[in-house]
Amino acid sequence: MKFLRLIIIAIVLLLLWQAIVSIFSLPTYILPGPFLVIHTWFAQAGLLWSQTQSTLAETLMGLFFGTLSGIAGALILAFFRPARLWLMPVLVISQAIPTFAIAPLLVVWFGYGEASKVITAMIMIFFPITSSFYDGLRRTPRAWLDLASSMGASSWSMLWHIRIPSALPNLASGLRVATAIAPIGAIIGEWVGSSHGLGFLMLNANGRLEIDLMFAALFSITLITLILYYTVDHLLRRFIFWAKED
Amino acid sequence: MGIVIKDFSLAFEKKTFIQHLNITFETGKITCLLGPSGVGKSSLLRAIAKLYTRDDIVELSGSLTTDDTAYMAQTDLLLPWLTVLENALLGSKLRGNISAHEKQKAIALLTEVGLEKNLKDYPSTLSGGMRQRVALVRTFLENKPIVLMDEPFSALDAITRLKLQDIAAKLLKGKTVLLVTHDPLEALRLADIVYVLSGLPAQLGEPIIPPGHAPRSTTEPEVLLLQGKLLKQLEGL
Repeated sequence: MKFLRLIIIAIVLLLLWQAIVSIFSLPTYILPGPFLVIHTWFAQAGLLWSQTQSTLAETLMGLFFGTLSGIAGALILAFFRPARLWLMPVLVISQAIPTFAIAPLLVVWFGYGEASKVITAMIMIFFPITSSFYDGLRRTPRAWLDLASSMGASSWSMLWHIRIPSALPNLASGLRVATAIAPIGAIIGEWVGSSHGLGFLMLNANGRLEIDLMFAALFSITLITLILYYTVDHLLRRFIFWAKED
Repeated sequence: MGIVIKDFSLAFEKKTFIQHLNITFETGKITCLLGPSGVGKSSLLRAIAKLYTRDDIVELSGSLTTDDTAYMAQTDLLLPWLTVLENALLGSKLRGNISAHEKQKAIALLTEVGLEKNLKDYPSTLSGGMRQRVALVRTFLENKPIVLMDEPFSALDAITRLKLQDIAAKLLKGKTVLLVTHDPLEALRLADIVYVLSGLPAQLGEPIIPPGHAPRSTTEPEVLLLQGKLLKQLEGL
């Protein structure tokens, strides 16, 4: 039912889009109709796929390293009091700086290649991961900790067997957000300076007024984001099964 | 040694709940502390279990001397990411010393309480009574000379509660048990000695020694008579 509703929504939106293009007889370099975009998507499948591969690789690496560093950050915040006092404000301030504004700098520092894109994605997802996991680590039910300490658990054992598993549902929600925004990080990096990737392709197509190709690239980005999100969501539900459903 | 309490006081935010308490809970006996909510009986139990840390705002003084204790709370506290068997073995898991022997013992006990078909189930699939049985087995597997229980069956329906009291009486035989409850029938069914705790700061009443052995039947006239008396007494507090 949910799937069917999604398809209906998509079809209605596409028809609406086509109707606008037809009614106002817009030229393709302003707004191509959806059928032209779909046609371009298939016609340029080879080009799109090769660019998708680099964007996907950057996204996955950014997601991987961003998640790792986010987890490490949360653990440090939770267990070292000085880190909490001194690092938390720095983290919040760092979030106030728009990633877009520092992306050019990252290209200068880390080069034209993949590294700067991976780092842009990492920076974008570090905070949602850290803050959600840290929240979970702070809120271990007191009674569980009491029980564990009455059983003579060391603080290391308590961390490993109780506090971390009990915070995993929180980490999972951070990871969902991170998965949805990681491709954006990679694309921003590509816009600012690169020689490949979907972001690069979009920028080029836009410059040459190949708006149909631009939309086809946009469609590819949306598609990989959705696939990535639902894959991660599925895995999280399966492995962190004790998370309460909203 | 049992539990020896000398000149013990406990205060929360300037309110003294327990003042200069002196009492010894005997080895090998089940002692019940009966009292209304908020009288400080759970706090006393937590203090005996040494669960208060420096971060807590509670003020303690005097001395509590005990052997090693196992603690069972009002809620089952089963970890949702562990199976029934893993939850029962939590203590060994936390101490990093699960042995095959320990595992056998856990399976035997879980079988004894009727959970042999649920060893691999997760807590979310169990009823409240089943969950509390796992908690009981987990407490018992700690194999400590003293068992502290804080209203362990209060969240269960009446029939399940009676069944679990029977199981508890069987498992706890020979242990030093301190059971906190607000249910007079529970106290009278399980206890060798019952104390009523009341007032602020709390006073211990005269010990009541119910006749016979735990678990006492709910149809025994003497138990019922004592229950009536205790209810009347608690009502007046």
